[in-house]
Amino acid sequence: MLKEMIGRRSEKMKNVIERGAVKKFAEAIGEASPLFTDEEAGKQSVYGRNIAPPTFPVTFDSGSIPGLDLPSKGLIHGEQKYVYTRPLYVGEEIYCWIEVKDYYERTGSFGKMGFLIVVLYGEDKEGELLFSEERVIIINEAARKEMGK
Amino acid sequence: MSRIGQMKVGETLPVIGLEPVSRLDLIKYAGASGDFNPIHTIDKEAERAGLPGIIAHGMWTMGNLAKLFTPYLDEGFIETYSIRFKGMVFLGDVISLQAELKEKESDRLIFEVAAVNQDGKRVLSGQVAFSLAIQSFTNK
Repeated sequence: MLKEMIGRRSEKMKNVIERGAVKKFAEAIGEASPLFTDEEAGKQSVYGRNIAPPTFPVTFDSGSIPGLDLPSKGLIHGEQKYVYTRPLYVGEEIYCWIEVKDYYERTGSFGKMGFLIVVLYGEDKEGELLFSEERVIIINEAARKEMGK
Repeated sequence: MSRIGQMKVGETLPVIGLEPVSRLDLIKYAGASGDFNPIHTIDKEAERAGLPGIIAHGMWTMGNLAKLFTPYLDEGFIETYSIRFKGMVFLGDVISLQAELKEKESDRLIFEVAAVNQDGKRVLSGQVAFSLAIQSFTNK
């Protein structure tokens, strides 16, 4: 069932990197550098503006993939990988979508586990890809049964 | 401050020691990230999920780990950042953040990074490629 999801993607969603959201996020990870939050410090920096922390894309709205309804329980976040062409800027618009890259099952000491690989992409207004965020979600047997219902 | 571009393979970045993980840390992260899975904030829900107590969001720890590179963002940026979540982080855990330079290319530094708990267990580990090629989008 999950295998059929491979290749499916969501619609592109527009996200604006809001100053307040970045500030709140920086605080939540104990990031004290003014490069992320202080306008003047941003201007003085090599980037000429404030940037967002590398894991900030977890806050982006990336739409949803029709038919992909993950259970709220029984999921384990296995891996996470970001690839950037440059840091993201505070204030810029990012267009995001997600795509199911792969799904496979492996039998291990905890029974048959499913591995779902979902990638979030973000591009600028011109359609230039800025980053990708790949997530490996491990789904246990009980949770998969729940989805089949 | 010493320059990251001048580091030699085998050298490490200054370790960052976090304060013991508190419930408020995780409530704040839930709010800032939008991840309201209750196993990170509500004891009963964590217990119902078979956990001994609430656990930190893996992404909270991953977000913290990236701070190792913040002092060097005038020299370059995090180009790739990949992490495997290997162990759970509980309330009161004392996490230290580490990075060791593994490889040096002309304009890229490859670090092995890890978050280690008070028992020496690696709860997160992975790799950061720190790119020094920032001329195209900076005023450097």
